[in-house]
Amino acid sequence: MLIKRPPDLPGSEITTQSLYLARREFLAGSAAAATGAGLSLLLPSGRVYAGAPAALAPLPGVKKGPYTTSEKQTPFKDVTTYNNFYEFGTDKGDPANNAHTLRTRPWTVKFEGEIKKPQTIDIDALLKKFPLEERIYRLRCVEGWSMVIPWVGFPLGPLLKQLEPTANAKFVTFTTLKAPDQMPGQKLPVLDWPYVEGLRMDEAMHPLTILAVGLYGNVLPNQNGAPVRLVVPWKYGFKSAKSIVTIRLVEYQPMTAGNVSSPNEYGFYSNVNPAVDHPRWSQAKERRIGEFLKRPTLPFNGYANEVASLYTGMDLKKNY
Amino acid sequence: MARPLRQRLPKVITGLLALIPVSRTGWRFFTDGLGANPIAEAMNQLGFWTLTLLMASLACTPLKIVTGWTWPIKIRKMLGLMAFFYATLHFGMYLGVDQFFDFAAIGKDIVKRKFITIGFAAFLILIPLAITSPSRMVKRLGFPRWKRLHRLVYLAATLGVIHFVWRVKSDYRQPLLFAFVLLVLLLVRVADYLRGRARRREAAS
Repeated sequence: MLIKRPPDLPGSEITTQSLYLARREFLAGSAAAATGAGLSLLLPSGRVYAGAPAALAPLPGVKKGPYTTSEKQTPFKDVTTYNNFYEFGTDKGDPANNAHTLRTRPWTVKFEGEIKKPQTIDIDALLKKFPLEERIYRLRCVEGWSMVIPWVGFPLGPLLKQLEPTANAKFVTFTTLKAPDQMPGQKLPVLDWPYVEGLRMDEAMHPLTILAVGLYGNVLPNQNGAPVRLVVPWKYGFKSAKSIVTIRLVEYQPMTAGNVSSPNEYGFYSNVNPAVDHPRWSQAKERRIGEFLKRPTLPFNGYANEVASLYTGMDLKKNY
Repeated sequence: MARPLRQRLPKVITGLLALIPVSRTGWRFFTDGLGANPIAEAMNQLGFWTLTLLMASLACTPLKIVTGWTWPIKIRKMLGLMAFFYATLHFGMYLGVDQFFDFAAIGKDIVKRKFITIGFAAFLILIPLAITSPSRMVKRLGFPRWKRLHRLVYLAATLGVIHFVWRVKSDYRQPLLFAFVLLVLLLVRVADYLRGRARRREAAS
């Protein structure tokens, strides 16, 4: 027969069955490991500290203001790396990582609506308009954590008075910048951009309410709402709008970002209230950042003496 | 006689790999590497890996159905048990660290907060599954009964995904991804079951 058989493989070349199977398992294990490693990329990586904000300019001439608490202040590192600022991403570390694309100069704040003196003020002029005060306030997030932050700013009331509100001015709205090229989180419809918040006129005029332009003695880091933001310490943190470009006085209660997104969770008033639960969790306790055990939440975030009178007769469960 | 190491190797490797996330989280927790709110962050990471390992375990049989590979079946039990391990840590952290054994508050939470109710229910289902995972339990129950009991893992996974959806504030991307994966895995099993039924009918006719 002329059919040629191929030369036999030497026995030494045949892979033993055990080795053959072991190699397949090794590949499988590597695939699993690679998948696991890949999946772990989906996880936020914990503390991301976007470098010491060496470029933060100090604010001169800051005097100690009223309503300051003597509680332990939250470390600067925590205040500037644990933020809810969805314009830069929804993870707590995202704003610190991503907010460097925000351009805080040039910046103007437009004042419009039910006022006799509508105007646009440049941020640097706004910084010089009123004496700057240090206000060390508690900040309580709706999520159940809190901080103590030494803000630098000035009370909103005198500024609103200068605008000469008309008799129809019943509410004040605050609008955050809308600029998806600077705020990449705005490319996703996580919220209805731009972020809008609102206060009743008496809440806006209250001496506790400030426009903050700095913290820890320097200008605001971008992730904290530079160059100017609202701070209303007796309400949940989301009411304190950041990076404000427009302040408008209006006659009717405005829709706010929270209202639009989850009306049963984010009411207009959103006063800190341990007796009124969030639909999904209790508000009776909070975790002060830096502390291990939770502490009881105080009505109006501990500012009841100053602001409870604004709400006498109001059902705070209905007006949450 | 115990199985030789080479046969147990896939399970061992899987188990060791599955310990990496919790080691990382634990290391970072104790070295201030989890940010300003380490308790919340640790719980989030443990929950994420519970769901991931559960999905990995659920992917084993569909993978075999689609590709014919048998090695996934070898590591399925280990993946499921590791998922239960992470679920226990996640729930344990909630119990002992977040709520610090405030059982009155925890009881209220379980009853009133639906996302905690459903998470707790998912965890409860995993307990009998973990207990009946050894082969001698399969013998004791008899395979058909054991198989029926362990179908509950799909219910546990579904409740776990809903727990995640209800927990999240507004960024639904990760929970929806898990829901999608779970759906795909379920569809593979359903399709396979229907095909098997059709074939059995054909063979009988």
